[in-house]
Amino acid sequence: MSKVLEGLLYSESHEWVRMEGDIAVIGVSDYAQHSMGALTYVDLPEVGDTFEQGESFGALESVKAASELYTPVSGEVTEVNEELEDEPEAVNNDPYGAWIIKIAVEDKSQLDALMGPEAYNTYTESL
Amino acid sequence: MENNLKTTPLHSSHVSLGALMSPFAGYDMPIQYKGIIEEHNAVRHEVGMFDVSHMGEIFVSGPDSEKYINHLFTNDIRPMTPGKVLYGMFCYPDGGVVDDLLVYKRDEEGNYLLVVNAANIDKDYEWMLSNKEGFDVTVDNQSEVWGQIAVQGPLSEKTLVEVLGIMRAPELTFYTFFEGTLDGEPVIVSRTGYTGEDGFELYASNEMTVRIWKRLLAAGVLPCGLGCRDTLRFEAGLPLYGDELSPEITPIMAGLGMFCKLDKDEFIGKDVLAAQKANGVPRKLVGIELQDKAIPRAGYPVETPEGEVVGVVTTGYRSISLDKSICFALVEGKYAPLGTPLCVHIRKKVFPGVTVKKRFYQTNYKK
Repeated sequence: MSKVLEGLLYSESHEWVRMEGDIAVIGVSDYAQHSMGALTYVDLPEVGDTFEQGESFGALESVKAASELYTPVSGEVTEVNEELEDEPEAVNNDPYGAWIIKIAVEDKSQLDALMGPEAYNTYTESL
Repeated sequence: MENNLKTTPLHSSHVSLGALMSPFAGYDMPIQYKGIIEEHNAVRHEVGMFDVSHMGEIFVSGPDSEKYINHLFTNDIRPMTPGKVLYGMFCYPDGGVVDDLLVYKRDEEGNYLLVVNAANIDKDYEWMLSNKEGFDVTVDNQSEVWGQIAVQGPLSEKTLVEVLGIMRAPELTFYTFFEGTLDGEPVIVSRTGYTGEDGFELYASNEMTVRIWKRLLAAGVLPCGLGCRDTLRFEAGLPLYGDELSPEITPIMAGLGMFCKLDKDEFIGKDVLAAQKANGVPRKLVGIELQDKAIPRAGYPVETPEGEVVGVVTTGYRSISLDKSICFALVEGKYAPLGTPLCVHIRKKVFPGVTVKKRFYQTNYKK
Protein backbone atom coordinates (compact mmCIF):
# COMPACT_ATOMS: atom_id res chain seq x y z
CA MET A 1 0.00 0.00 0.00
CA SER A 2 1.25 3.45 -0.84
CA LYS A 3 1.93 6.09 1.78
CA VAL A 4 -0.45 9.02 2.30
CA LEU A 5 0.60 12.02 4.35
CA GLU A 6 -1.65 13.85 6.82
CA GLY A 7 -2.11 17.59 6.36
CA LEU A 8 -2.07 17.48 2.53
CA LEU A 9 -4.82 17.66 -0.06
CA TYR A 10 -4.89 15.31 -3.04
CA SER A 11 -6.21 15.40 -6.61
CA GLU A 12 -7.62 12.53 -8.67
CA SER A 13 -4.58 12.85 -10.95
CA HIS A 14 -2.37 12.17 -7.88
CA GLU A 15 -0.87 15.59 -7.20
CA TRP A 16 -0.70 16.73 -3.57
CA VAL A 17 -1.06 20.31 -2.31
CA ARG A 18 0.29 21.81 0.90
CA MET A 19 -0.86 25.37 1.62
CA GLU A 20 1.70 27.85 2.97
CA GLY A 21 -0.29 31.06 3.33
CA ASP A 22 -1.52 31.90 -0.18
CA ILE A 23 1.06 29.68 -1.80
CA ALA A 24 0.22 26.13 -2.88
CA VAL A 25 3.21 23.79 -2.75
CA ILE A 26 2.56 20.98 -5.28
CA GLY A 27 4.09 17.53 -5.70
CA VAL A 28 2.96 14.02 -6.59
CA SER A 29 1.81 11.25 -4.26
CA ASP A 30 3.64 8.08 -3.31
CA TYR A 31 1.01 6.20 -5.34
CA ALA A 32 1.95 8.23 -8.44
CA GLN A 33 5.72 7.77 -8.11
CA HIS A 34 5.25 4.06 -7.43
CA SER A 35 3.13 3.48 -10.51
CA MET A 36 5.56 5.45 -12.71
CA GLY A 37 8.63 3.53 -11.53
CA ALA A 38 12.15 5.00 -11.62
CA LEU A 39 11.95 8.57 -12.91
CA THR A 40 14.52 9.81 -15.40
CA TYR A 41 13.27 13.34 -16.13
CA VAL A 42 11.02 16.01 -14.65
CA ASP A 43 9.69 18.59 -17.13
CA LEU A 44 9.26 21.84 -15.16
CA PRO A 45 7.51 25.09 -16.10
CA GLU A 46 9.13 28.54 -15.78
CA VAL A 47 8.61 30.89 -12.87
CA GLY A 48 5.97 33.41 -13.99
CA ASP A 49 3.99 30.91 -16.10
CA THR A 50 0.28 30.89 -15.24
CA PHE A 51 -1.96 27.86 -15.35
CA GLU A 52 -5.68 27.22 -15.03
CA GLN A 53 -6.93 24.58 -12.62
CA GLY A 54 -6.62 21.18 -14.29
CA GLU A 55 -4.12 22.39 -16.90
CA SER A 56 -0.91 20.49 -17.59
CA PHE A 57 2.10 22.29 -16.11
CA GLY A 58 4.80 19.72 -16.82
CA ALA A 59 5.51 16.01 -16.84
CA LEU A 60 7.24 13.17 -15.05
CA GLU A 61 9.05 10.68 -17.23
CA SER A 62 10.19 7.14 -16.52
CA VAL A 63 12.24 5.08 -18.98
CA LYS A 64 9.11 3.91 -20.75
CA ALA A 65 6.54 6.68 -20.45
CA ALA A 66 5.73 10.35 -19.93
CA SER A 67 3.00 11.25 -17.46
CA GLU A 68 1.52 14.76 -17.47
CA LEU A 69 1.28 16.83 -14.29
CA TYR A 70 -1.92 18.82 -13.71
CA THR A 71 -2.27 21.78 -11.38
CA PRO A 72 -5.08 21.39 -8.85
CA VAL A 73 -5.36 25.22 -8.51
CA SER A 74 -5.16 28.20 -10.88
CA GLY A 75 -2.42 30.78 -10.49
CA GLU A 76 1.09 31.97 -11.25
CA VAL A 77 4.16 29.83 -10.67
CA THR A 78 6.32 31.50 -8.01
CA GLU A 79 9.02 28.85 -7.68
CA VAL A 80 10.08 25.57 -9.32
CA ASN A 81 12.22 22.88 -7.70
CA GLU A 82 15.23 23.05 -10.03
CA GLU A 83 17.04 20.35 -8.06
CA LEU A 84 14.74 17.83 -9.75
CA GLU A 85 16.35 18.62 -13.13
CA ASP A 86 19.50 16.84 -12.00
CA GLU A 87 17.90 14.53 -9.49
CA PRO A 88 14.48 13.31 -10.73
CA GLU A 89 14.84 10.21 -8.52
CA ALA A 90 14.24 12.46 -5.49
CA VAL A 91 10.52 12.17 -6.35
CA ASN A 92 10.80 8.38 -6.03
CA ASN A 93 12.80 8.53 -2.83
CA ASP A 94 10.74 11.18 -1.02
CA PRO A 95 7.55 12.09 -2.91
CA TYR A 96 6.21 14.31 -0.13
CA GLY A 97 9.53 16.09 0.44
CA ALA A 98 10.36 16.59 -3.25
CA TRP A 99 7.89 19.34 -4.13
CA ILE A 100 7.71 20.26 -7.83
CA ILE A 101 6.26 23.78 -8.10
CA LYS A 102 4.76 26.54 -5.96
CA ILE A 103 1.73 28.48 -7.19
CA ALA A 104 0.20 31.75 -5.90
CA VAL A 105 -3.39 30.65 -5.45
CA GLU A 106 -6.02 32.98 -6.92
CA ASP A 107 -9.11 31.27 -5.58
CA LYS A 108 -8.83 29.18 -2.43
CA SER A 109 -12.30 27.72 -2.98
CA GLN A 110 -10.72 25.53 -5.66
CA LEU A 111 -9.15 23.57 -2.80
CA ASP A 112 -12.61 22.33 -1.82
CA ALA A 113 -12.61 19.99 -4.81
CA LEU A 114 -9.55 18.12 -3.49
CA MET A 115 -9.51 15.04 -1.26
CA GLY A 116 -8.22 14.71 2.27
CA PRO A 117 -5.81 11.88 3.17
CA GLU A 118 -8.52 9.40 4.09
CA ALA A 119 -10.61 10.02 0.97
CA TYR A 120 -7.51 9.81 -1.22
CA ASN A 121 -6.55 6.51 0.39
CA THR A 122 -9.98 5.09 -0.38
CA TYR A 123 -9.71 6.47 -3.91
CA THR A 124 -6.35 4.83 -4.69
CA GLU A 125 -7.50 1.53 -3.23
CA SER A 126 -10.43 1.59 -5.65
CA LEU A 127 -8.11 1.98 -8.72
CA MET B 1 -5.73 -9.53 -18.56
CA GLU B 2 -7.38 -9.74 -21.94
CA ASN B 3 -9.01 -13.10 -22.51
CA ASN B 4 -7.64 -13.89 -25.94
CA LEU B 5 -3.97 -13.22 -25.13
CA LYS B 6 -1.57 -16.07 -25.82
CA THR B 7 1.05 -17.10 -23.27
CA THR B 8 4.55 -18.51 -23.56
CA PRO B 9 5.65 -21.67 -21.71
CA LEU B 10 7.41 -19.39 -19.18
CA HIS B 11 4.30 -17.37 -18.31
CA SER B 12 3.82 -18.83 -14.83
CA SER B 13 7.49 -18.21 -14.04
CA HIS B 14 7.11 -14.53 -14.97
CA VAL B 15 4.05 -14.18 -12.78
CA SER B 16 5.71 -15.87 -9.82
CA LEU B 17 8.75 -13.63 -10.25
CA GLY B 18 6.41 -10.65 -9.86
CA ALA B 19 6.95 -9.31 -13.39
CA LEU B 20 4.90 -6.41 -14.68
CA MET B 21 2.96 -8.12 -17.49
CA SER B 22 1.53 -6.41 -20.55
CA PRO B 23 0.09 -7.41 -23.94
CA PHE B 24 2.69 -7.48 -26.72
CA ALA B 25 2.10 -8.90 -30.20
CA GLY B 26 -0.89 -10.88 -28.94
CA TYR B 27 1.03 -12.40 -26.00
CA ASP B 28 0.93 -11.59 -22.29
CA MET B 29 4.62 -10.73 -21.87
CA PRO B 30 6.90 -9.49 -19.07
CA ILE B 31 7.81 -5.81 -19.49
CA GLN B 32 10.08 -5.72 -16.45
CA TYR B 33 10.86 -7.71 -13.31
CA LYS B 34 12.88 -5.55 -10.91
CA GLY B 35 13.27 -2.52 -13.15
CA ILE B 36 14.25 -1.56 -16.68
CA ILE B 37 17.46 0.25 -15.70
CA GLU B 38 18.85 -2.60 -13.60
CA GLU B 39 17.97 -5.16 -16.29
CA HIS B 40 19.45 -2.98 -19.06
CA ASN B 41 22.71 -2.59 -17.16
CA ALA B 42 22.94 -6.33 -16.39
CA VAL B 43 22.96 -7.05 -20.15
CA ARG B 44 25.49 -4.30 -20.89
CA HIS B 45 27.91 -5.28 -18.12
CA GLU B 46 27.21 -8.91 -17.11
CA VAL B 47 24.46 -11.16 -18.41
CA GLY B 48 20.67 -11.25 -18.58
CA MET B 49 18.06 -13.54 -20.10
CA PHE B 50 14.88 -12.87 -22.04
CA ASP B 51 11.85 -15.01 -22.77
CA VAL B 52 11.43 -14.51 -26.51
CA SER B 53 9.26 -17.59 -27.04
CA HIS B 54 6.71 -15.38 -28.76
CA MET B 55 8.99 -15.12 -31.81
CA GLY B 56 7.98 -17.25 -34.80
CA GLU B 57 9.82 -20.25 -36.25
CA ILE B 58 8.95 -21.17 -39.84
CA PHE B 59 10.81 -24.08 -41.46
CA VAL B 60 11.33 -24.28 -45.23
CA SER B 61 12.47 -27.42 -47.04
CA GLY B 62 12.46 -28.90 -50.52
CA PRO B 63 14.58 -28.81 -53.67
CA ASP B 64 13.64 -25.20 -54.55
CA SER B 65 13.98 -23.68 -51.07
CA GLU B 66 17.05 -21.56 -51.85
CA LYS B 67 15.43 -20.06 -54.96
CA TYR B 68 12.14 -19.62 -53.12
CA ILE B 69 13.59 -17.81 -50.08
CA ASN B 70 15.73 -15.63 -52.32
CA HIS B 71 12.58 -14.68 -54.28
CA LEU B 72 11.01 -13.34 -51.05
CA PHE B 73 14.10 -12.15 -49.14
CA THR B 74 15.92 -8.85 -49.74
CA ASN B 75 19.31 -10.30 -48.79
CA ASP B 76 21.09 -13.02 -50.83
CA ILE B 77 21.22 -16.46 -49.21
CA ARG B 78 23.22 -18.11 -52.03
CA PRO B 79 26.67 -17.49 -50.49
CA MET B 80 25.53 -18.96 -47.13
CA THR B 81 27.10 -22.15 -45.82
CA PRO B 82 25.38 -24.46 -43.29
CA GLY B 83 25.53 -22.97 -39.80
CA LYS B 84 25.25 -19.35 -40.99
CA VAL B 85 22.53 -16.86 -40.09
CA LEU B 86 21.52 -13.94 -42.32
CA TYR B 87 19.37 -10.86 -41.59
CA GLY B 88 17.05 -9.27 -44.14
CA MET B 89 13.43 -8.45 -44.96
CA PHE B 90 10.40 -9.63 -46.88
CA CYS B 91 9.02 -6.74 -48.92
CA TYR B 92 5.80 -6.06 -50.79
CA PRO B 93 6.06 -5.21 -54.51
CA ASP B 94 5.94 -1.50 -53.55
CA GLY B 95 9.00 -1.89 -51.29
CA GLY B 96 7.06 -1.68 -48.00
CA VAL B 97 8.15 -4.25 -45.45
CA VAL B 98 6.18 -7.42 -44.65
CA ASP B 99 8.65 -8.29 -41.87
CA ASP B 100 12.32 -8.33 -40.95
CA LEU B 101 13.70 -11.76 -40.12
CA LEU B 102 16.64 -14.12 -39.72
CA VAL B 103 17.35 -17.00 -42.10
CA TYR B 104 19.24 -20.00 -40.66
CA LYS B 105 20.82 -22.34 -43.25
CA ARG B 106 20.64 -25.80 -41.69
CA ASP B 107 22.33 -27.98 -44.32
CA GLU B 108 23.10 -28.31 -48.04
CA GLU B 109 19.87 -30.27 -48.60
CA GLY B 110 17.64 -27.20 -48.71
CA ASN B 111 16.56 -27.01 -45.06
CA TYR B 112 16.16 -23.53 -43.61
CA LEU B 113 14.74 -21.99 -40.44
CA LEU B 114 13.19 -18.53 -40.64
CA VAL B 115 12.79 -16.59 -37.39
CA VAL B 116 10.14 -13.88 -37.64
CA ASN B 117 8.50 -11.26 -35.43
CA ALA B 118 5.71 -12.48 -33.15
CA ALA B 119 3.24 -9.87 -34.36
CA ASN B 120 3.78 -10.98 -37.96
CA ILE B 121 3.77 -14.78 -37.74
CA ASP B 122 0.37 -15.32 -39.37
CA LYS B 123 0.92 -12.56 -41.95
CA ASP B 124 4.37 -13.94 -42.88
CA TYR B 125 3.10 -17.50 -43.15
CA GLU B 126 0.23 -16.37 -45.41
CA TRP B 127 2.67 -14.30 -47.46
CA MET B 128 4.98 -17.28 -47.89
CA LEU B 129 2.14 -19.56 -48.93
CA SER B 130 0.68 -17.06 -51.39
CA ASN B 131 4.05 -16.69 -53.13
CA LYS B 132 4.97 -20.36 -53.24
CA GLU B 133 3.45 -21.28 -56.61
CA GLY B 134 6.00 -22.76 -59.01
CA PHE B 135 8.44 -23.63 -56.22
CA ASP B 136 8.87 -27.21 -54.99
CA VAL B 137 9.01 -26.37 -51.28
CA THR B 138 7.31 -27.18 -47.99
CA VAL B 139 6.59 -24.30 -45.59
CA ASP B 140 5.97 -25.40 -42.02
CA ASN B 141 4.99 -22.91 -39.31
CA GLN B 142 6.23 -24.47 -36.04
CA SER B 143 5.98 -21.30 -33.93
CA GLU B 144 3.65 -22.88 -31.38
CA VAL B 145 5.95 -25.78 -30.51
CA TRP B 146 9.24 -23.87 -30.13
CA GLY B 147 10.25 -21.78 -27.15
CA GLN B 148 13.15 -19.35 -27.27
CA ILE B 149 15.43 -17.82 -24.65
CA ALA B 150 17.96 -15.07 -25.39
CA VAL B 151 21.02 -15.02 -23.11
CA GLN B 152 22.73 -11.67 -23.67
CA GLY B 153 25.71 -9.80 -22.29
CA PRO B 154 29.50 -10.10 -21.95
CA LEU B 155 29.17 -13.12 -19.60
CA SER B 156 26.77 -14.99 -21.88
CA GLU B 157 29.38 -17.38 -23.33
CA LYS B 158 30.60 -18.30 -19.85
CA THR B 159 26.97 -18.79 -18.78
CA LEU B 160 26.22 -21.20 -21.62
CA VAL B 161 29.33 -23.26 -20.86
CA GLU B 162 29.22 -23.28 -17.07
CA VAL B 163 25.49 -23.26 -16.34
CA LEU B 164 24.07 -25.16 -19.30
CA GLY B 165 27.12 -27.25 -20.24
CA ILE B 166 26.96 -26.09 -23.86
CA MET B 167 30.68 -26.67 -24.42
CA ARG B 168 30.59 -25.72 -28.09
CA ALA B 169 29.31 -22.20 -27.43
CA PRO B 170 32.82 -20.63 -27.69
CA GLU B 171 33.16 -22.04 -31.23
CA LEU B 172 30.34 -19.85 -32.48
CA THR B 173 31.06 -16.43 -33.99
CA PHE B 174 28.47 -13.69 -34.51
CA TYR B 175 25.60 -14.86 -36.74
CA THR B 176 26.48 -18.58 -36.71
CA PHE B 177 24.64 -21.49 -35.06
CA PHE B 178 24.63 -25.20 -34.44
CA GLU B 179 21.97 -27.81 -33.72
CA GLY B 180 22.74 -30.08 -30.81
CA THR B 181 21.11 -31.72 -27.83
CA LEU B 182 20.68 -30.83 -24.19
CA ASP B 183 19.59 -33.65 -21.86
CA GLY B 184 19.01 -35.61 -25.07
CA GLU B 185 16.56 -33.03 -26.42
CA PRO B 186 17.18 -31.04 -29.61
CA VAL B 187 18.27 -27.42 -29.20
CA ILE B 188 19.37 -24.80 -31.70
CA VAL B 189 22.03 -22.42 -30.39
CA SER B 190 22.91 -19.26 -32.32
CA ARG B 191 25.24 -16.38 -31.52
CA THR B 192 22.64 -13.72 -32.26
CA GLY B 193 20.57 -11.20 -30.35
CA TYR B 194 18.84 -7.86 -30.27
CA THR B 195 20.80 -5.94 -27.65
CA GLY B 196 24.07 -4.75 -29.22
CA GLU B 197 26.00 -7.06 -26.87
CA ASP B 198 27.53 -10.48 -27.38
CA GLY B 199 24.89 -13.12 -26.78
CA PHE B 200 23.08 -16.28 -27.75
CA GLU B 201 19.58 -17.38 -28.63
CA LEU B 202 18.43 -20.89 -27.65
CA TYR B 203 15.56 -22.58 -29.45
CA ALA B 204 14.01 -25.67 -27.86
CA SER B 205 10.70 -27.40 -27.20
CA ASN B 206 8.34 -25.60 -24.87
CA GLU B 207 9.08 -28.07 -22.08
CA MET B 208 12.85 -27.86 -22.59
CA THR B 209 12.62 -24.07 -22.64
CA VAL B 210 11.16 -24.15 -19.12
CA ARG B 211 13.99 -26.40 -17.93
CA ILE B 212 16.69 -24.15 -19.44
CA TRP B 213 15.07 -21.04 -17.92
CA LYS B 214 14.88 -22.62 -14.46
CA ARG B 215 18.50 -23.72 -14.62
CA LEU B 216 19.62 -20.21 -15.59
CA LEU B 217 17.42 -18.68 -12.91
CA ALA B 218 18.88 -21.00 -10.24
CA ALA B 219 22.38 -19.92 -11.32
CA GLY B 220 21.45 -16.29 -10.69
CA VAL B 221 21.07 -15.08 -14.29
CA LEU B 222 18.85 -11.97 -14.16
CA PRO B 223 15.52 -12.25 -16.00
CA CYS B 224 15.01 -9.22 -18.24
CA GLY B 225 11.77 -7.94 -19.75
CA LEU B 226 10.73 -6.46 -23.06
CA GLY B 227 11.16 -2.96 -21.58
CA CYS B 228 14.94 -3.17 -21.58
CA ARG B 229 14.96 -5.26 -24.75
CA ASP B 230 13.66 -2.09 -26.41
CA THR B 231 16.12 0.32 -24.74
CA LEU B 232 19.01 -2.02 -25.59
CA ARG B 233 18.13 -2.57 -29.26
CA PHE B 234 17.41 1.13 -29.70
CA GLU B 235 20.81 2.25 -28.38
CA ALA B 236 22.47 -0.28 -30.69
CA GLY B 237 20.70 1.28 -33.69
CA LEU B 238 18.52 -1.78 -34.39
CA PRO B 239 15.06 -1.22 -35.93
CA LEU B 240 11.80 -2.54 -34.49
CA TYR B 241 9.14 -3.65 -36.94
CA GLY B 242 6.14 -1.39 -36.46
CA ASP B 243 8.30 1.58 -35.43
CA GLU B 244 11.21 1.83 -37.88
CA LEU B 245 10.00 -0.69 -40.51
CA SER B 246 6.44 -1.11 -41.78
CA PRO B 247 4.39 -1.42 -44.97
CA GLU B 248 4.97 2.36 -45.33
CA ILE B 249 8.69 2.38 -44.40
CA THR B 250 10.96 0.60 -46.89
CA PRO B 251 14.39 -0.78 -45.95
CA ILE B 252 16.01 2.00 -48.01
CA MET B 253 14.11 4.63 -46.00
CA ALA B 254 15.20 2.87 -42.80
CA GLY B 255 18.85 2.96 -43.88
CA LEU B 256 19.01 -0.83 -44.25
CA GLY B 257 20.12 -0.87 -47.90
CA MET B 258 23.09 -3.08 -47.03
CA PHE B 259 20.61 -5.92 -46.40
CA CYS B 260 19.01 -5.47 -49.85
CA LYS B 261 21.07 -7.15 -52.53
CA LEU B 262 20.03 -5.21 -55.61
CA ASP B 263 22.46 -7.21 -57.77
CA LYS B 264 20.25 -10.30 -57.37
CA ASP B 265 18.25 -11.17 -60.53
CA GLU B 266 15.00 -10.54 -58.76
CA PHE B 267 13.16 -10.48 -55.46
CA ILE B 268 9.77 -9.08 -54.52
CA GLY B 269 10.09 -5.30 -54.14
CA LYS B 270 13.48 -5.06 -55.87
CA ASP B 271 12.45 -2.56 -58.57
CA VAL B 272 11.08 -0.01 -56.11
CA LEU B 273 14.03 -0.41 -53.74
CA ALA B 274 16.50 -0.01 -56.62
CA ALA B 275 14.71 3.16 -57.76
CA GLN B 276 14.76 4.54 -54.20
CA LYS B 277 18.45 3.77 -53.86
CA ALA B 278 19.19 5.51 -57.17
CA ASN B 279 16.86 8.50 -56.87
CA GLY B 280 16.67 9.05 -53.12
CA VAL B 281 13.75 8.55 -50.75
CA PRO B 282 11.01 10.94 -49.64
CA ARG B 283 11.72 10.23 -45.97
CA LYS B 284 14.75 8.77 -44.25
CA LEU B 285 15.36 7.38 -40.79
CA VAL B 286 17.91 9.37 -38.78
CA GLY B 287 19.27 9.51 -35.26
CA ILE B 288 18.81 12.78 -33.38
CA GLU B 289 20.63 13.79 -30.20
CA LEU B 290 19.10 16.58 -28.13
CA GLN B 291 21.14 19.08 -26.14
CA ASP B 292 18.65 19.07 -23.27
CA LYS B 293 17.50 16.26 -20.98
CA ALA B 294 13.90 16.35 -22.28
CA ILE B 295 12.84 12.98 -23.66
CA PRO B 296 11.69 12.59 -27.28
CA ARG B 297 8.99 9.92 -27.69
CA ALA B 298 7.31 8.16 -30.60
CA GLY B 299 4.90 10.45 -32.44
CA TYR B 300 6.45 13.78 -31.39
CA PRO B 301 6.97 16.19 -34.34
CA VAL B 302 10.47 16.94 -35.67
CA GLU B 303 11.03 20.52 -36.83
CA THR B 304 13.68 22.65 -38.47
CA PRO B 305 15.16 25.43 -36.30
CA GLU B 306 12.77 27.72 -38.26
CA GLY B 307 9.77 25.75 -36.97
CA GLU B 308 8.76 23.82 -40.10
CA VAL B 309 7.58 20.26 -39.32
CA VAL B 310 9.73 17.87 -41.40
CA GLY B 311 9.34 14.53 -39.66
CA VAL B 312 8.27 12.46 -36.67
CA VAL B 313 9.99 10.53 -33.86
CA THR B 314 9.68 6.71 -34.17
CA THR B 315 11.48 5.66 -30.94
CA GLY B 316 13.10 7.82 -28.27
CA TYR B 317 14.58 7.52 -24.80
CA ARG B 318 16.79 9.10 -22.21
CA SER B 319 19.52 6.58 -23.07
CA ILE B 320 20.44 4.46 -20.06
CA SER B 321 23.96 3.59 -21.23
CA LEU B 322 24.84 7.00 -22.69
CA ASP B 323 22.81 9.35 -20.44
CA LYS B 324 21.70 11.35 -23.49
CA SER B 325 18.27 12.16 -24.91
CA ILE B 326 18.24 10.46 -28.30
CA CYS B 327 15.72 9.23 -30.84
CA PHE B 328 15.12 7.68 -34.22
CA ALA B 329 13.02 9.89 -36.49
CA LEU B 330 11.68 9.67 -40.02
CA VAL B 331 12.47 12.99 -41.71
CA GLU B 332 12.37 14.48 -45.20
CA GLY B 333 15.39 13.22 -47.13
CA LYS B 334 17.19 16.56 -47.38
CA TYR B 335 17.45 16.82 -43.58
CA ALA B 336 19.05 13.38 -43.19
CA PRO B 337 22.80 14.20 -43.56
CA LEU B 338 24.76 13.87 -40.30
CA GLY B 339 25.13 17.14 -38.42
CA THR B 340 21.85 18.68 -39.64
CA PRO B 341 20.25 20.78 -36.89
CA LEU B 342 16.76 19.47 -36.12
CA CYS B 343 14.45 20.08 -33.16
CA VAL B 344 11.90 17.90 -31.39
CA HIS B 345 8.60 19.36 -30.19
CA ILE B 346 8.01 17.93 -26.71
CA ARG B 347 4.67 18.92 -25.19
CA LYS B 348 4.69 22.75 -25.20
CA LYS B 349 8.39 23.35 -25.92
CA VAL B 350 10.84 22.85 -28.75
CA PHE B 351 14.23 21.28 -27.98
CA PRO B 352 17.23 21.73 -30.31
CA GLY B 353 19.30 18.78 -31.47
CA VAL B 354 21.39 17.49 -34.33
CA THR B 355 21.29 14.40 -36.56
CA VAL B 356 23.79 11.71 -35.52
CA LYS B 357 24.58 8.10 -36.43
CA LYS B 358 21.75 5.71 -35.59
CA ARG B 359 24.13 3.34 -33.85
CA PHE B 360 24.27 5.49 -30.72
CA TYR B 361 26.07 2.83 -28.68
CA GLN B 362 29.23 1.00 -29.78
CA THR B 363 28.17 -2.62 -30.17
CA ASN B 364 30.24 -5.50 -28.76
CA TYR B 365 29.77 -8.53 -30.98
CA LYS B 366 32.13 -11.52 -31.19
CA LYS B 367 33.06 -11.34 -34.87
